[in-house]
Amino acid sequence: MVMRYVMSIDQGTTSTRCIVFDQRGRLVSVTQREHRQHFPRPGWVEHDAMEIWRNLERIAPEALRQAGVGLEEIAAIGIANQRETTLLWDRRTGLPLRRAVVWQDTRTNALVDELAARPEAAMVQKRCGLPLATYFSAPRIRWLFDATPGLRERAERGEVLFGTMESWLIWNLTGGPDGGLHLTDVTNASRTLLMDLATLEWDADLLDFFGVPRAMLPQIRPSTETYGVASRVLPGVRIGAALGDQQAALFGQTCFAPGEAKCTYGTGSFLMLNTGTEPVRSSHGLLTTVGYQVGAEPAVYALEGPIAVTGALVQWFRDGLGLINSAAEIETLAKTVDDNGGCYIVPAFAGLFAPHWRSEARGVIVGLTSYITKGHLARAVLEATAWQTREVVDAMNADSGLALRTLKVDGGMTADNLLMQYIADVLDVPVVRPMVAETVSLGAAYAAGLAVGYWPDLEGLRRNWHRAAQWLPVMEPERRAAEYDNWCRAVERSFDWMRPRD
Amino acid sequence: MSNDPREGATLWTVPGPVQSIQRGAAILRLLARSSGRLGVGEIATSLGLPRGTAHGLLRTLQLVGFVEQDDATGKYQLGAALLHLGTSYLDVNELRSRAINWADALAARSCESVKIGTVLDGQVLVVHHVFRPDDSLQTLDVGSLLPMHATALGKVLLAFDSGASATLGAGPLDAFTRRTIVEPRALARALAAIREVGWAAQVEEMTVGEAAVAAPIRGHGGLVVGAMGITGAVERICDAKGQPNTALVTFVRDAARAVSRDLGASRW
Repeated sequence: MVMRYVMSIDQGTTSTRCIVFDQRGRLVSVTQREHRQHFPRPGWVEHDAMEIWRNLERIAPEALRQAGVGLEEIAAIGIANQRETTLLWDRRTGLPLRRAVVWQDTRTNALVDELAARPEAAMVQKRCGLPLATYFSAPRIRWLFDATPGLRERAERGEVLFGTMESWLIWNLTGGPDGGLHLTDVTNASRTLLMDLATLEWDADLLDFFGVPRAMLPQIRPSTETYGVASRVLPGVRIGAALGDQQAALFGQTCFAPGEAKCTYGTGSFLMLNTGTEPVRSSHGLLTTVGYQVGAEPAVYALEGPIAVTGALVQWFRDGLGLINSAAEIETLAKTVDDNGGCYIVPAFAGLFAPHWRSEARGVIVGLTSYITKGHLARAVLEATAWQTREVVDAMNADSGLALRTLKVDGGMTADNLLMQYIADVLDVPVVRPMVAETVSLGAAYAAGLAVGYWPDLEGLRRNWHRAAQWLPVMEPERRAAEYDNWCRAVERSFDWMRPRD
Repeated sequence: MSNDPREGATLWTVPGPVQSIQRGAAILRLLARSSGRLGVGEIATSLGLPRGTAHGLLRTLQLVGFVEQDDATGKYQLGAALLHLGTSYLDVNELRSRAINWADALAARSCESVKIGTVLDGQVLVVHHVFRPDDSLQTLDVGSLLPMHATALGKVLLAFDSGASATLGAGPLDAFTRRTIVEPRALARALAAIREVGWAAQVEEMTVGEAAVAAPIRGHGGLVVGAMGITGAVERICDAKGQPNTALVTFVRDAARAVSRDLGASRW
């Protein structure tokens, strides 16, 4: 039987999706299942890892059925996953010790402040490329130890395993307690605060700093490599890749050359720039991370600018204010006026991420006059996403010394023409959307197909990439400069709002 | 539209009142009259309906947007769609965001550019455009207006929307090429044929050397909310006899049906 397809598993924050792709990178079938979001306390977000595993058990065979494809026709499985979500499970029973602590969870706030006050804290960012923040996994492991008597000792004895979601799925697919493989890939490992960015190995000093025993950690492997063969759910199929979801989107957008960048526009947005085989240390508020590692080749690094609130601002406009019925209608409302009328919205709902990293900032609407209508507000909502992108792009250009020439975009917000045009206008570079919008899944499929020789090389993948739409900048330079100046002044007004509690 | 054979047929069998529509109308009146939201129990009691029947009717009304349910209390009120009845059935940007994946897939399969159009003041408004996947230089056509009678998208919209065809008037239509249909009666015949087969073609009627195929996008209840189609060089779209390639027609119809299903049209 000819191996005709590759399957991707995208284990995301709200759902798990399986997609079957053909050799030209076209979708053959899609199945999806949402899982519950648990919010046990303010700031806490948890997922039930067993529910996620059961969802996969259900949708993976369903995707094959829908495509009319047999197991023997699948060349490989590639996994993309929500990053930094932290799970501990029992090696012997295969059961999670408690629910997974999700990347949005901020329970480690106080712990992170405490760790940051220690003299060795300066070493963290130098070694792993990331600032010490609640966003990443290591403080969560430490929090779980502190909250559960005896857990650290069990972890030291190797009875308890740590993993992000790709580790959990690979361990289960390859047998679970019955010989499951405990591993992670370099991109996911680079988000833990525990990996040395230069050696791509767990770092003894970082493990000491966070108090994490090595025995519980998965083995770090390249992003594309045949890790093993599934014994459950998709028995006999090779597992060929794992990547964090944003890195998978970078791969799916075929940003294989230094200077190529993509931005995925969803609830939040993530801009990622390929910086080649040397990590670029940011001095402008960006994260240094691993982009991907193909087999035994040197790892490719990336600069990342996460923006916390983009699509979420549109959702708030719909659900919180009730000014529109669906997210897409924001464009209709924004088009009822010609400009923002002098109004700007800075959506610092939970502080600002890249490039500011101001946790005490809160959202502001400035420039309100009696002239402002809901149409102007709708424009300001869309423009906020564009200006936040501009801030991150400026930081990337400054850090990397490369001037961005084109921005490849994906994600749900790319359906908004007005927004895409505005992004091209404020960045003053062309914005292009690829034919396959599912770039996270496609990237995981590409990586897996590459591992098993289903696709020959990166150039072969590039040939699959086609432009579906392109927006060219048309804004006058003077207007761009004046608007950017207004935006920067609006951002300053969002700073220093929250006061430290006594 | 006297050419439509189905229109004549309905004249012969006039059915009696449909009970569920009467009950649905009663629910809407009840909700319009009440100051706050109503629960399913209150509605059932008020109208003397079994709770299950009332629930089924409410679910259907909710599906078409005529009533809305409050997430927290589970109570019902009149839906926003009812307030805009006749003005904006489906927001064009909503249509684009719901159709975008299927339009991409159609472009990938057909290797041609894809457009989605709706009616605006007697013309076709292009609401979505996917480039032909050959990475040649192309410009985004979203927002441009096309003539109804000389495009495949426009003919689909004319065929399934009698309001739109009324805007064309009785006089001769503009000719763009020598193949443009300019005679109103010839156009009426062409539209009847389009209704019959469920898709439209345009062969060098707008631009010499160019052809197109389009099919209707339907919403709830089968109402046509837009048209979706491909455009390309006539030698790629048509066979040697000048007829649209059947494989391409199938791609277009399947894609338009897929969008229709997503929008809630059950039969298509």
